[in-house]
Amino acid sequence: MPYVVDRFSMQDRMTEFPWARLCILLFAVSLFVLGMAAPIFMLVGKSFYTQDIFVGLSNYAHYFNNPTYLTSLGNTLWVGLLVVLISVPMTYIYAYALNRSRLPAKGLLRVISLLPVLAPSLMPAISLVYLFGNQGILNKWLFDQSIYGPIGVVIGLVFWVFPHVFMIMNTALSSGDNRHYDAARAMGAGKLRIFFTVTLPSVKYGLLSAAFVAFTLAITDFGVPKVIGGQFNMLSTDIFKQVIGQQNFSMGATLSVLMLLPAVLSFIMDRWLNRRQAGIHDHRAEVYCIPENKPRDILLGIYCLSIAAIFIGIIGMAVYASFISFWPYSLTFTLEHYAFDVMDGGGWDAYYNSLYLAVFSALLGGSVVVMVAYLAERLPGFNVLRGILQIFTLMPLAVPGMVLGLSYIFFFNQPNNPLGFIYGSMTILVLSTVVHYYTVSHLTLVTGLKKIPSATEDVSLSLKVPLINTFFKVVVPACARPIGDVSLYLFVNAMTTVSAVVFLYSPDTILASISILNMDGAGDIAPAAAMSTVIFSTCVAAKLVHWAISHYWYCRNV
Amino acid sequence: MKALVMVLGTSMLSVGGYAAEELTVYTALEAEDLKKYATRFNQKHPEIKINWVRDSTGITTAKLIAEKENPRADVVLGLAATSLLVLKKQNMLQPYSPKGVEKLKTSFVDADSTPSWVGMNAWVASICFNTIEAKKHNIPKPTSWSDLLDPVYQGQVIMPNPNSSGTGFLDVSSWQQLFGEELGWAYMDALHNNISRYTHSGSKPCKLAASGETVIGISFAFRGARLKEKGAPIDLIFPEEGLGWDMEAAAIVKGTKNLSAAKTLMDWVVTREANELYNEGFAVVAMPGVAKPIKYYPQNIDELMIENNFEWAAKNRTTILAMWQKRFDGKSEAR
Repeated sequence: MPYVVDRFSMQDRMTEFPWARLCILLFAVSLFVLGMAAPIFMLVGKSFYTQDIFVGLSNYAHYFNNPTYLTSLGNTLWVGLLVVLISVPMTYIYAYALNRSRLPAKGLLRVISLLPVLAPSLMPAISLVYLFGNQGILNKWLFDQSIYGPIGVVIGLVFWVFPHVFMIMNTALSSGDNRHYDAARAMGAGKLRIFFTVTLPSVKYGLLSAAFVAFTLAITDFGVPKVIGGQFNMLSTDIFKQVIGQQNFSMGATLSVLMLLPAVLSFIMDRWLNRRQAGIHDHRAEVYCIPENKPRDILLGIYCLSIAAIFIGIIGMAVYASFISFWPYSLTFTLEHYAFDVMDGGGWDAYYNSLYLAVFSALLGGSVVVMVAYLAERLPGFNVLRGILQIFTLMPLAVPGMVLGLSYIFFFNQPNNPLGFIYGSMTILVLSTVVHYYTVSHLTLVTGLKKIPSATEDVSLSLKVPLINTFFKVVVPACARPIGDVSLYLFVNAMTTVSAVVFLYSPDTILASISILNMDGAGDIAPAAAMSTVIFSTCVAAKLVHWAISHYWYCRNV
Repeated sequence: MKALVMVLGTSMLSVGGYAAEELTVYTALEAEDLKKYATRFNQKHPEIKINWVRDSTGITTAKLIAEKENPRADVVLGLAATSLLVLKKQNMLQPYSPKGVEKLKTSFVDADSTPSWVGMNAWVASICFNTIEAKKHNIPKPTSWSDLLDPVYQGQVIMPNPNSSGTGFLDVSSWQQLFGEELGWAYMDALHNNISRYTHSGSKPCKLAASGETVIGISFAFRGARLKEKGAPIDLIFPEEGLGWDMEAAAIVKGTKNLSAAKTLMDWVVTREANELYNEGFAVVAMPGVAKPIKYYPQNIDELMIENNFEWAAKNRTTILAMWQKRFDGKSEAR
């Protein structure tokens, strides 16, 4: 393309391909308008209607006058708080051990703590049935309390949110500044005093941020309360009952808005905290030097091993149970629970659909995220569009999966929507998955892009290399790691999510995670455990492939 | 062997895209049987492919009503007759007289001159009772519905939620018919004290009894017999006051774009072969003289079944369900 090259100059790198860039930016903006803003807008609107008649706030009045609903709202909030109170200190100590002690095998402990990410939230709930149900092997530990209810829900949620909270804690604790500890010790401060005056202030934003993330995940999850909640109702199970059980979409919308509010509030707090956290980072910080302390290492070692054992126990229980022919009366080995084709739930097709969804979400979603992140963060020009896009990319984090899914029904299933044809197709599942998990993917790539010197584009232009070549030859290879991370993230979440797709699948696009839900609902709990095992193994395999590729890449490039 | 090869051959053909027509069929049949039903149908009619959409009775009914303006189903097959009566009242069914319908028991066919629905088989309430756990907890075996009110069963009984499960609804409707409306609710109030949870599916209480999660699961005979066959340590109890039951029935959805294929399926539903197929799981079927006794079912099952007033049940379905929800929903599983 020699005629293009002639137009370049150092001063106006923003003028290269202006139309193409405008088109891509417009495409990205419309993706968010159609895939999030418009549907959510319609969902909120629907909560003011009953069967197409405007009723103002009467749905809300109905909600707040119904003691059953209020109980489950209360349940949701206190379970959310309890999960925060348990998971934050628990992950804090775990992350502390991995960052501030001289424990061996830290890498292995880290990997184990991240295992729950690779399983759908239904899996720990199923394991809890086998562990603590009336025929559970550890049933006696519950002192006649039932696992079907708040106890099971809280345990399941703590397990499931652990890795998400741990990652935040880990980042917060990994950036301790050794100079502060030296100074404190030189002034004769005791351990407790150092903890309260040095350690705690340096991680306080991380702690708060972790608390908000744990709270949001806990109040919006559907899999755990569905499987182990028994008679204990929560907001997410209420939404499901209204939409699927009663086909009452207006009430579903009303409940969704009530779930959206705390999630958005929590999101805003978290963003605000993140900004403050960024402010306290000091480039001159010295790496924290871990002092020798045997008793500390032993105590923390016992702690970490117990957590790791519990995690492996929970995952292992579901895997084990999936091979047992007739729990608890006949403990012989069988593969019959993997014969999904003769069970509720959609059979092996559900699994192939899930694979298809995961691969497409990873590839398509991954490409869109890279492109948008590059255009929005790296290249000047179109400032208004880029500003809008930057806000849009953060918003999905605040929208619970079930709320997004329900809003898609309202938006895409209207008779006069020209995009209505994607309703019930695989496309709508890919769209909802990519949008639902957009924010984290985007932020990962932005971090990666920031590491490339900003002069890269200037240099390439001065050498008269088209930007598109720079993008593919410099930017993409330099960001290979974050791109791989994002693809894996999208793949795994597409395999495991229930809430983002539970309202959107059709008979032809039924997914593995949904079939677990259906099999459990029909009482086929062993096959549900089997499908969980299949999903978990697939995610582990994806993770290994990812690890192998990035390892190879790393070796080749160093 | 030859027959097997032929069966395999036809099913491969139907999988291989040979089917010229496709039908979307909403059903509440047990998932494990869907393939069998489609295969048997395709032996006769390989040109029509059935796409099942399965959910429990209450949800399938709610879904059909919600889609009233823009129906997505062509045929409903294996849904409770009480539900089909509700749909008929909403003018959602296409009347059609399947070829050979006159051979069925009249009680199994809609009374209109051109019937809107035809019955397939009856499914009957039954209690699944885990003998091992009962011995462990020293719990006596109940023989009647009223036995279940004994405080000894507190926390040991699981039953389906009638709002989502057809089996749950036939229980509630039969208690109302057996004991009268007032006493029926009083019975459920008392039973509620012994119930540990209400499930979404009608099979699940029996499956939970089979795996010892509960001692008593109020469910239906078909599921109990299947689980006992698999070796579950359960006894099937048929309470002496009488058994609630409902009919699995089929109908064409008004407005279907595949009317001729839908009619073909309806013609098959009333055939002798189809009735023999129903008899593989159910003791009472629509065609007289077909049914052979089934293992674990009592011989006199027809006598135990109550005089079921379907019209009454269908007419009062909405009120009963709303009332039930108001009284008991707190203990229900999601759905």
